[in-house]
Amino acid sequence: MANIPAGIDDTVPLAEVADVELYHPKSWWTTYVFSQDAKVIAIQYSLTAISIGFVALVLSWLMRIQLAFPGALSFIDAEHYYQFITMHGMIMVIYLLTALFLGGFGNYLIPLMLGARDMVFPYANMLSYWLYLLAVLVLVAGFFVPGGPTGAGWTLYPPQSILSGTPGGKDWGIILMLTSLILFIIGFTMGGLNYVVTVLQGRTRGMTLMRMPLTIWGIFTATVMALLAFPALFVASVMMLFDRVLGTSFFMPTIVEMGEHLKNGGGSPILFQHLFWFFGHPEVYIVALPAFGIVSDLISTHARKNIFGYRMMVWAIVGIGALSFVVWAHHMYVSGMNPKFGFFFATTTLIIAVPTAIKVYNWVLTLWRGDIHLTLPMLFALGFMVTFVNGGLTGLFLGNVVVDVPLAKTLFVVAHFHMVMGVAPIMVVFGAICHWYPKVTGRMLDETLGRVHFFVTFVGAYAIFFPMHYLGLLGVPRRYSELGDTAFIPPSVQALNEFITIMALIVGAAQILFLFNLAWSLRRGKEAGGNPWRATTLEWQTPQTPPAHGNWGKELPVVYRWAYDYSVPGAAQDFIPQNQPNGDRISREPAS
Amino acid sequence: MSTILVFLAGLAVIITWWMAQQRLSSKPWLEANGIHDIPVLTRSAVATEKIGLGVFLAIVGALFTLFISAYFMRMGLQDWWAIPLPRILWLNTGMLVIGSAALHWAKMEVVRNNGNALKLALVTALAATTGFLIGQLFAWKELVTAGYVIADNPANSFFYLITGMHGLHILGGLFVLSRTTSRVWEGAALAKVRLSTELCTIYWHFMLVVWLVLFALFAGWANDFVAICRQVLN
Ligand code: HEM
Ligand SMILES: [Cu+2]
Repeated sequence: MANIPAGIDDTVPLAEVADVELYHPKSWWTTYVFSQDAKVIAIQYSLTAISIGFVALVLSWLMRIQLAFPGALSFIDAEHYYQFITMHGMIMVIYLLTALFLGGFGNYLIPLMLGARDMVFPYANMLSYWLYLLAVLVLVAGFFVPGGPTGAGWTLYPPQSILSGTPGGKDWGIILMLTSLILFIIGFTMGGLNYVVTVLQGRTRGMTLMRMPLTIWGIFTATVMALLAFPALFVASVMMLFDRVLGTSFFMPTIVEMGEHLKNGGGSPILFQHLFWFFGHPEVYIVALPAFGIVSDLISTHARKNIFGYRMMVWAIVGIGALSFVVWAHHMYVSGMNPKFGFFFATTTLIIAVPTAIKVYNWVLTLWRGDIHLTLPMLFALGFMVTFVNGGLTGLFLGNVVVDVPLAKTLFVVAHFHMVMGVAPIMVVFGAICHWYPKVTGRMLDETLGRVHFFVTFVGAYAIFFPMHYLGLLGVPRRYSELGDTAFIPPSVQALNEFITIMALIVGAAQILFLFNLAWSLRRGKEAGGNPWRATTLEWQTPQTPPAHGNWGKELPVVYRWAYDYSVPGAAQDFIPQNQPNGDRISREPAS
Repeated sequence: MSTILVFLAGLAVIITWWMAQQRLSSKPWLEANGIHDIPVLTRSAVATEKIGLGVFLAIVGALFTLFISAYFMRMGLQDWWAIPLPRILWLNTGMLVIGSAALHWAKMEVVRNNGNALKLALVTALAATTGFLIGQLFAWKELVTAGYVIADNPANSFFYLITGMHGLHILGGLFVLSRTTSRVWEGAALAKVRLSTELCTIYWHFMLVVWLVLFALFAGWANDFVAICRQVLN
């Protein structure tokens, strides 16, 4: 491909790259607050997501305290417990992970890694953040309205979610939750449009699709999926809002509540489930694919080896993305569908395991005989791999229908999905923050603090969720705030519950350590220089660190190679940046 | 939900067709360039805004397809009474067609650099489309007066919900179109408004198609079509 004759495409003059007309902020407000610069938007997204994530963490503390020491916190009753579960789950999955991976990392990395000056539609990008913030505020408002937030579970299944038996069902809670989701989706669509079109049109010269770092492939594919999956949640939310506020009966079956016939009737809760899982299943991969991509880059950089099977990795990402749209009904086997469809959904579900397994093998083969540096990002990447494989194994149990049925409503499931969807992506979030912090701030994170945080978090997470599998096997049910005196539950459960809770408190406290590290290193950290990890991708080759407005000084970089030229035999250094032409062995000093 | 699967299959065809041109089977690790073999261009020659609009329309398409999927699923239950189609909808459809045609004309005039005709075309489009929206409100009023209120029956609920959603999208389009029109009025160079005129035209055609599908849905023709599809499949 190296020698495609010049001029084959004469719509753009060959020697230059059409520049985006840059928006120039004029005041402090437009530079730091209402900014259209993707880097600032990325930081706004990340800080908001992390803040709301802390709320979810505190909620998990409260739940755990209630489980281990029932009644210790007198204000927690069963209703509060439902509300905490719901808000915790929803925040973690959507407002933290989705927003952070796509709005946070996506905004920061897409323009920089592709050699663009900014996103292609900066104004829409700014609106995206402000709608997200509004969505978060509406969500949080739920805690302060009469009746409190909704307690319907993060799946919000009707009819219970809008009935008086559920906290927030006949009050403000569910209305605020649905409004917040609708706002989030509109905001996300504006941002997502940017991420996709920037990848399509914003790449600098030479950055072919197959030269993009896997991080970008992951974020790109996840965004495409999110843009197609979120509309289903949008439709479900709008229709449920109608049912709740206007008294329609999209989802509401005929119901007698407190001796009275409700006005609604004839609606179909199953319809909601279809819409919800059409979004819900891809959502798992919307969180996972960016994590997969980022981990690939962390492993390759910190093991000083090219990623094994790059092409296969790309195909696997795209394949997972496509397949995950045709499996949603595996969440609904119990809803009585045509067995032919059941077979179809079960098969596609199994097929997804293939590309996923390929990715794991390729990571292991990348590490194999690599020059592994146990830096913070690498530690977290390894933590991710272990956790992910682990969660995958328990997933095998659950994929088996015979096992699934007795375990489905127990803590086994809770433990399983916290391993794969909770701990594993969070490991990647930490790894990515440690990896890119020097670029964002120009300083290194404190290594000792970072290691303490890693080990407490990693070991602690296992201490929390490993015993939880066991509790599940004993039959301890999920979504129960209290067990009371139940015959089949042995007293050892109580001891284990106390242990888990203490671990959860410790792990939570360790996150404060991490925040402290972020704040402390901002001023006191070691100067990082432009390329502390000696990495190949473009974001490390910017003329300034942190990158200035417009990213690249006068000229955009030109890309001559793929993103993984580590330890190339005969090269002067153990890495060759993407913007270094072939045959040019003189190593360039990394810019600072 | 099979409607949305059909829609996704269509999208998948487009995406696959696009990916087939992206050399996804190349071996990037073997293909580093030297300083003298200038790397290939990487972007499409189509205007970025147009690609953006294309992606946006795919999302809007998914949104309406999901509404339609829900409509079909809900229709299968017992308590469904189809609603009478307000006659004014025919008139509204005509207005939207005029709006779309006027924009098509505007697009041709902007290429011919004919400012006055362009103004006329844009204003016609604005007027006709505004007429469509007002007509939709009249249709709502007609139904309400006849007693078909929103919460009475799922068919009513869907009618208000989906036409409302479509109306909001038209309203958004009108906002953009009126900005373009006022720029033309203030004497902006025609080359500068060419792109936005084209974008509006694409958007209008798309929303017209969406409306025609919805119209067929409410009129009940779509049901016959789906029934035939079901029979063919079984
Ligand atoms: C220190 C970390 C965490 C702890 C201690 C924790 C604890 C809990 C607890 C006690 C429950 C309720 C279980 C039940 O009674 O059914 C729960 C539910 C849940 N958690 Fe976490 N969690 C943590 C992190 C996360 C993360 C990172 C995610 C991100 C995906 C997450 C997602 C969920 C979801 C989706 C639910 C289910 C909500 C529902 O059933 O509606 N959690 N968690
Ligand atoms: Cu699933």
